[in-house]
Amino acid sequence: MKTEPLIIAGQTFESRLFVGTGKYSSGQMMQDSIRATGSQLVTMAMRRVQLDGSGDGIVEYLERDKYNFLPNTSGVRDAKEAVFAAELAREAIGTNWLKLEIHPDPKYLMPDPIETLKAAEILVKAGFVVLPYVHADPVLCKRLEDVGVAAVMPLAAPIGTNEGLAARRFLEIIIAQSQVPVVIDAGLGLPSHAADAMEIGADAVLVNTAIATARDPIAMSAAFKMAVESGRIAYQAGRGQQSVAAIASSPMTAFLDA
Amino acid sequence: MSFIDTLNRLDWQSTRASILDKRASDVERALTRPVGHLSLDDFQALISPAAADYLEPMAQMSHERTVDRFGYTQQMYAPLYLSNLCSNICTYCGFSANNKIPRKILNESEIEKELAAVKALGMDQVLFVTGEANLRVGVPYLKKAFDLARRQFSSISMEVQPLDQEGYEALIDAGLSSVLVYQETYNRESYAKYHPKGMKSNFDYRLETPDRLGRAGIKKIGLGALSGLDDWRTDSFMVATHLRYMEQTYWKTRYSLSFPRIRPHEGDFQPISVMTDHDLVQLICAYRILSSEVELSMSTREHASFRDHAYKLGITTLSAGSKTNPGGYVVDPQTLEQFEISDERSPAEVANMLRQGGYEVVWKDWDATYDGFKSSNAVDRTLQI
Repeated sequence: MKTEPLIIAGQTFESRLFVGTGKYSSGQMMQDSIRATGSQLVTMAMRRVQLDGSGDGIVEYLERDKYNFLPNTSGVRDAKEAVFAAELAREAIGTNWLKLEIHPDPKYLMPDPIETLKAAEILVKAGFVVLPYVHADPVLCKRLEDVGVAAVMPLAAPIGTNEGLAARRFLEIIIAQSQVPVVIDAGLGLPSHAADAMEIGADAVLVNTAIATARDPIAMSAAFKMAVESGRIAYQAGRGQQSVAAIASSPMTAFLDA
Repeated sequence: MSFIDTLNRLDWQSTRASILDKRASDVERALTRPVGHLSLDDFQALISPAAADYLEPMAQMSHERTVDRFGYTQQMYAPLYLSNLCSNICTYCGFSANNKIPRKILNESEIEKELAAVKALGMDQVLFVTGEANLRVGVPYLKKAFDLARRQFSSISMEVQPLDQEGYEALIDAGLSSVLVYQETYNRESYAKYHPKGMKSNFDYRLETPDRLGRAGIKKIGLGALSGLDDWRTDSFMVATHLRYMEQTYWKTRYSLSFPRIRPHEGDFQPISVMTDHDLVQLICAYRILSSEVELSMSTREHASFRDHAYKLGITTLSAGSKTNPGGYVVDPQTLEQFEISDERSPAEVANMLRQGGYEVVWKDWDATYDGFKSSNAVDRTLQI
């Protein structure tokens, strides 16, 4: 069964699983794993990329004809640094797509909403296709939409916690009211978490750590691929009504039939 | 407010007694804490003699948490000694002012030659090291060195004498990204004994250095104690307390810890307490379980065989190919080293060892353009991917 493709900024994606390039044990393992995910959008930290092409274990293993690249600003602490990083990415990678992530807090890696909004506005005006990584904050997501981002990337849970949809209620609101695609990012530790995210209506998910640090990253890639497809089909199929318990009688309204 | 207030509330002897009193049940409780929830009291249990029986589960936990956070990667850097001039007497150090050794301060052209040699090793992260001689090797001299290094290195760290906040701000503007400043020992009485003369004899000024760095807005601060000067367990607890204070106070800064053990050098200092390999592994694991985020760095002071096994237990950063004398790479390789290197393999050899162990080497983890400088590996075309 085929699901309808996802379109972000005019670009069509058959796969709704986006992946990262960090934490792999080797460039070859990264390449093999990414192939197994079937992903068409790959993000990489520009701070890690050797701009002279001298071998950083990332770029030389990525197959340009197979993937769209989404350079990210990981490591920057404010809007100013993010803009510098974005310009570097555009020049070096040759794409105007950008995953905007600004986390001044190196311990919990929490995104800075104020700097992110500020940078997004500047970068959209400068012609970037901006996908900001943010808290599951519905108002912030609408504000980012207002300044012209191509998608929003709210976190499911603190990055690296593998907790799944800890921010479920807020993600549901974001999905309900967003007019740009919603890509759920961070905290997805298992394929079931990714399926969960897709079932509540996320347009896509981004997964890195759970795949890269698995004992068998290639097998885990395949598992995430299936989970994302399954979750999307389930979402389109429309879930049945939920009920905590069977309704056996109507004690409050029985008098109407008396 | 500074860390002095926190340290002054801690009594050395009762802290030591508390660590030595920990039992197996305290260790077991500490090991059940979820990530990010280890208290400093739990940390005492993990560095106590009682935890020696739990080394394997601690090592497994430390490995897993490190991989979760940092992946299968190791950062690599090399030190570059700019000067061995020192106005301090430190009774354990080869550069101590009372040691009659030839003194050298690299000039600009010598710095350039040494930088080129470090770059040729494949390095993109360099650590400038000096003795403590603020008049001749102060901020203006260091600033020149940064101007030279910035063209070639994406990340420049330093381990020099403590500076005032203004000095740090000037160097951050010149490209400084990280500073290592070790308290050596957190025991005031021992500290006074080992540091009888020079600026370094001012315990409080040194102790407040990380606070000044935090206020200056530095990206990363390295903390640590020098094992062998006093009881390593108590000193390590003070380091952990310092780390926690810093993380909470200067929350935008990243932190790294080192655990140098005194090595043979010029002079006859004998460590008063010995940290064994078992002890060091226990400490590395305890630091990792305390903080999933802190970077743990291991230098070439340690033997190759130890490094080859220990790097998987929590370490995130390794030095390699190090020379610990000014001019040691090419300019003047014969000058006296600050300490003896135990792992003399080249960076390429260490990188190969890591790859064989299933780890990717990270040479570059920052780009100077983020700071508004020209990139250290200049872009003249779009990368051919």
